[in-house]
Amino acid sequence: MMGFSLFNFRQSLPRTIWDWLILIFLLFCTIFFLMPIYVMVVTGLKQSQNVSLSTMWNLPVQLTGGGFMEAWRRLYPNLGNSLQLTIPATIFSSILGAVNGYIFAKWKFRGANTLFALLVFGMFIPYQSILIPLIQFLEQIKLYGTVPGLVLVHVIYGLPICSLIFRNFFANIPDELVEAARIDGAGVVRTFWLVMLPLALPAFVVVGIFQFTNVWNDFLFGVTILPNPSSQPVTVALNNLSGSYSVDWNVVMAGAVIVALPTALIYILLGRFFVRGLLAGSVKG
Amino acid sequence: MDHFTCLSAMAIANRLVSRARPVAAQSSRKKFSGERILPPLILVPSMAAILTFVYIFILITVWVSLSHWGTLRIDLRLRDPWYATYAQMFAMPRWHANLRNVFVFTALFNSISIGVGLLLALFLDRRLIGFTIFRNIFLFPYALSFIVTGIAWRWIFNPETGINLLFDGLGINHWLVSIGAAPLRPGWTTDPSVLFSINNALGILFPAARNLSIQLGIPIALIPVVVAAAWQLTGFAMSMYIAGLATVPNDLREAARIDGATEFQVYTKVVMPLLRPVTVSTAIILGHVSLKIFDLIFAMTGVGPGFATDVPGIFVFDMTFKATRYNLGAAASIVMLLLNACVIVPYLWRNLRRN
Repeated sequence: MMGFSLFNFRQSLPRTIWDWLILIFLLFCTIFFLMPIYVMVVTGLKQSQNVSLSTMWNLPVQLTGGGFMEAWRRLYPNLGNSLQLTIPATIFSSILGAVNGYIFAKWKFRGANTLFALLVFGMFIPYQSILIPLIQFLEQIKLYGTVPGLVLVHVIYGLPICSLIFRNFFANIPDELVEAARIDGAGVVRTFWLVMLPLALPAFVVVGIFQFTNVWNDFLFGVTILPNPSSQPVTVALNNLSGSYSVDWNVVMAGAVIVALPTALIYILLGRFFVRGLLAGSVKG
Repeated sequence: MDHFTCLSAMAIANRLVSRARPVAAQSSRKKFSGERILPPLILVPSMAAILTFVYIFILITVWVSLSHWGTLRIDLRLRDPWYATYAQMFAMPRWHANLRNVFVFTALFNSISIGVGLLLALFLDRRLIGFTIFRNIFLFPYALSFIVTGIAWRWIFNPETGINLLFDGLGINHWLVSIGAAPLRPGWTTDPSVLFSINNALGILFPAARNLSIQLGIPIALIPVVVAAAWQLTGFAMSMYIAGLATVPNDLREAARIDGATEFQVYTKVVMPLLRPVTVSTAIILGHVSLKIFDLIFAMTGVGPGFATDVPGIFVFDMTFKATRYNLGAAASIVMLLLNACVIVPYLWRNLRRN
């Protein structure tokens, strides 16, 4: 992670006219990037009678809970679903990713590269192209419409990216370590358990954060595999909220803030690891 | 997609497939015959899952797309001719709009995200004050869900408020009226019109183009979607470039300066060529995101006025889950897959070969 730790180096004051222009440009970009956040928070904090089209950019006139109480009341059950879904999916994905990544990095066999390419291709497919058989399959095994079914789906389609990140991590651990373990009589499994796993903590943090964000933010699987609104994840619930005409905009915006909060907090608190995951194989969608 | 040690984002392209060598020499390996069978064996469950859930499922979808299954009743007999569903789809004006939209969206969104991302990275590379704060703010939207992004930007691009209010408030419209121009009040996501239509120009070359069912150009309603997507992913492109820039040795820039290169030349002649692999990786990742785009449009505009923001991702969803025309939905999803594969397969193939 040299790339990002380098940035703690000294930052200089602008000296030339160009530096000042750059700084002004960056400030404008900052305003642009923060604008939707401002709109979400400010609108969310307004009382419904104060949300009018003409005063959208104004600050709320009085500080109350705004739409947050209502949004929380409506989204609370789905937040629970999202947690029940995201936490196990993240844990299983990380474990499987670690095992696969270790094998692909340290125990290459004939055809391993081809196998790896076939695995990685799986993360680039549009999931629309597997939905029909996937739903049929989940119905067969009685998991269609259930949270465990969706966990299974996220674990399987998370295999490529998690294996990729772990493989890149393990590839950078010196082979000599494996060699030494082998001389001491450790085989494939014991080397993994005793030598590699203790070293892999940072990779678990990276994959954990990355997969948590992916699963939390997922919409397509949530909306197609869980048709019952009471068991849907919170992204789907938020979209339903914004689509219903009986709900005021302050509630929708407050809901958007609530849905954004968990991953936003992870970004703010663990940004360094977040960036590693992103560079490791960023896939949205 | 390298990263972890982040030796370099530059190496991203050629490290997708590991350089790690087999741990042991052949001779020592034979002593542990279990060690030859065990590693592939450990991979069996995961690979079997991928084989089923990716490859076999894709084949089933292909079959569905060739079948009669166009109602709730499952009917897997193949159609005659076998491509009948595809022919039907490619005759639909809605599908034409879908293809136009997804290509226009991909082109605009990719060039904006990559262009602005590169610019931000180069500016931040000056290491001016506030560097860390700027970088963290620009990347922040990446952590959010497309649904959240779509909802926020839908409100901002509401024609009655948001951006249009700013055109009035900041005096832009006042100024436009004073010079005799019309005030700027675009309908954004509610506007079905298409900018820069090339139908007539095409018609001169190919008379058949005059009979196209759609206007080829940039649908106005798609612009807000491009802005929202670029807002979310420009920070990603920036991060890729920042990681790439960190690997360009300072000595190299120093040497160029000593040779008399201006600061501008240092960037165009030394830095930029070294960043090319980063651009390729970024374009491929963003390209596959935009070809699959679904959530953002679903939350923000849906199909849009006159299918102005409809894309294959939405089409598949509508056909499969609303209209229950399964073969049509499957056919569209296979076209999506092929479009994606055109981008991804050469990339993976090249990395595999380089290894």
